[in-house]
Amino acid sequence: MSDAMTLDTAKTDISALFRRKRLTAFAVPSVILAYFVYIFFAFDIPGLAQRADWDNAVTLASDSWSHKVHVTRDNSSGEMEYSVEGERKGNYPDGQRPAWVSGEDIVTVDLGGDHVVRFLDGTATEIEIPGFGLVEARTEGRTVLTNLPEAVPEWISVSDRRVGITTPEGRITITGSKTEVFNYFPGWELFFFTFESPYHGQPATRILFGDRIDPERANIVGAVQDFWNNAMWRHKDVVWAIGETILMAFLGTFGAAIIALPLAFLGAKRFAPVQAARFGIRRIFDFVRGVDALIWTVVLARAFGPGPMTGALAILVTDTGTFGKIFSEALENVEEKQIEGVQSTGAKPLQRYRFGVIPQVVPVLLSQILYFLESNTRSATIIGAITGGGIGLMLTQAIQTQKDWEEVAYYIILIVLMVMLMDWVSGKLRARLIKRSH
Amino acid sequence: MSDTTLSRADPSHVATIQSSYMAEVQRRRLYGGLTLLIFVLLMVSGFMIADDRNAGGFWEGLSQVGDYPAEVLSEAWEKRADLPGLLVKYFPALIETINIAAVSTLIGAAAGLVLSLLSTRGLARWPRLIGLFRRIMDIMRAVPEIVIALVLIFVLGGGPVPAMIAIAIHTAGALGKLFSEVAENADLKPVEGLASTGATWGQRMWLGVIPQVAPNYLSYGLLRFEINIRASAILGFVGAGGLGYELRNSMAWGPGRFDEAAAIFLLLFGTIVFFDQLSSRYRNRLTEGDRT
Repeated sequence: MSDAMTLDTAKTDISALFRRKRLTAFAVPSVILAYFVYIFFAFDIPGLAQRADWDNAVTLASDSWSHKVHVTRDNSSGEMEYSVEGERKGNYPDGQRPAWVSGEDIVTVDLGGDHVVRFLDGTATEIEIPGFGLVEARTEGRTVLTNLPEAVPEWISVSDRRVGITTPEGRITITGSKTEVFNYFPGWELFFFTFESPYHGQPATRILFGDRIDPERANIVGAVQDFWNNAMWRHKDVVWAIGETILMAFLGTFGAAIIALPLAFLGAKRFAPVQAARFGIRRIFDFVRGVDALIWTVVLARAFGPGPMTGALAILVTDTGTFGKIFSEALENVEEKQIEGVQSTGAKPLQRYRFGVIPQVVPVLLSQILYFLESNTRSATIIGAITGGGIGLMLTQAIQTQKDWEEVAYYIILIVLMVMLMDWVSGKLRARLIKRSH
Repeated sequence: MSDTTLSRADPSHVATIQSSYMAEVQRRRLYGGLTLLIFVLLMVSGFMIADDRNAGGFWEGLSQVGDYPAEVLSEAWEKRADLPGLLVKYFPALIETINIAAVSTLIGAAAGLVLSLLSTRGLARWPRLIGLFRRIMDIMRAVPEIVIALVLIFVLGGGPVPAMIAIAIHTAGALGKLFSEVAENADLKPVEGLASTGATWGQRMWLGVIPQVAPNYLSYGLLRFEINIRASAILGFVGAGGLGYELRNSMAWGPGRFDEAAAIFLLLFGTIVFFDQLSSRYRNRLTEGDRT
């Protein structure tokens, strides 16, 4: 009788459990689905397609791995200029110009694929486009006159003031003040040396093993100097910025650890018998953590101004809270026996901590600190973008100018390598620590 | 080596053992001291370089740390009557920040789950590609959210979507690594049992592995959600919408609008503490449930 009763209750229990499980199996996915539907409209995903600028995406994708050379004629003085990316730092030296430009009185630019641009007398220009014909243009004051028909294909834009032609081989823009031709090439131009450097265009073997190119300096010294001071790519500034970012992470992480360790003793039940003090310390940790790196950065930037110190302090303050919490939890889990052993030799409290507690927790704490060092390198990049220091700042600046995408790509690659390097170093050190403590 | 020395040892050798032990101790102390010295030198010189390259000096700044919070607080206190209204005004921004974090955690965790199973030895669908998936996760983890967010803002325009994608990518990499560490310790017997019934790879993972690792995964996911709320606020500051964006605007206005800044500070702080407590409570329950 009672057996049947328990069997019955067990049965109903089980079927209730199954019902519950079945319900959750459907309820959880449907709640998540409902949430995604809500997000779909809250984030205005349908409107995203209109807001998105696909031209920007194309510029970004093509610019990040290629460069363009500008051929510019000043339409009032008639002077020609050749430069990489249209930057003064990338100007071709006087009397030099790219090999695909020829002619003295009539300068001819061969864009490739039979696309040819000729700079004629005065302000006149003619552009040969296969399959379209010959475009003639000249400027009078601020007006641009062309032989283009009323209806033009969409890769040509015409107004009184400006004519823009985009061909697969390059781009041409004509305004009253200047006529400009952009020719695109793959690769990062002038990455190693700018035109000013005598080492530009020299093969690596010549620099390494050949005669002195610059009589003043040994080849390798000179090459390193010119590379380091490259005005176009600013390798020196980039290296400094990465150093600053790592410095922020290093100072912040270890500074926080140094401050948090003694405080953690006050927050651990075993070492701080006064409950009120423990409670107070723990709430301070919670507060500091809760304020978050963003607000600390904002507040500290007011006092210390932009720079790596502010970033380091923001990391330091936030992580003091985190470390304080982690450390005091670790301290509560220490083995009592070792402390008693040290105490039996007549050690004073401070000695008990030093020889009974610290050796037990150091591997655990160090491994936590190293883990944070890696993640803080990433945080330092972000904080640097807000507070104005390190590679984060250089990256945001490069993105905000919206044209040097090859530099953005360069910085992104360096940031990823930097974080992976820190990850690797901290992983190696942690593995060694764990091996030693076992 | 030490065994042979010991077996040969007679009382006169005890002194040698002791002296060599002392020498060992001294050497350890020397190395320890040297490491400490190098560390202190690094910290001090690092501090000096950072101080040198900072716009304001450390020591002058230290006395001014309290100024800004004091200004904000005093102004907010004067206008304390407006505070509830401001809290209501910025509540939608707060919801947006939390939504960004929640969606990116969900998407990131789902992607991380798949990536982790694909890169765990014994479970992977294509064992040869384990290395590839691990590298993909390494790269996803290494790219700071702000990099992806800024690039996407350029293409997609401001708003929550770039931040969401950026955080989701990072989350997938970070959770993928943690998930795969957990999955490595999963019992393979249920998987083999399922395989013997002809279950597909997806069924084996879903029915054989996921139930084992779910509590740990959930706990990591909650921790990540907490981290992502902070990340989402920070990305707002660079233009991705939400509370961070409002904070930057109210700061740009400067004095006179500090009550708004204070309201935003308060909302952000409250949210972070709230989710921090919530997630740590749930995580404790999950891991304790694991033990029993």
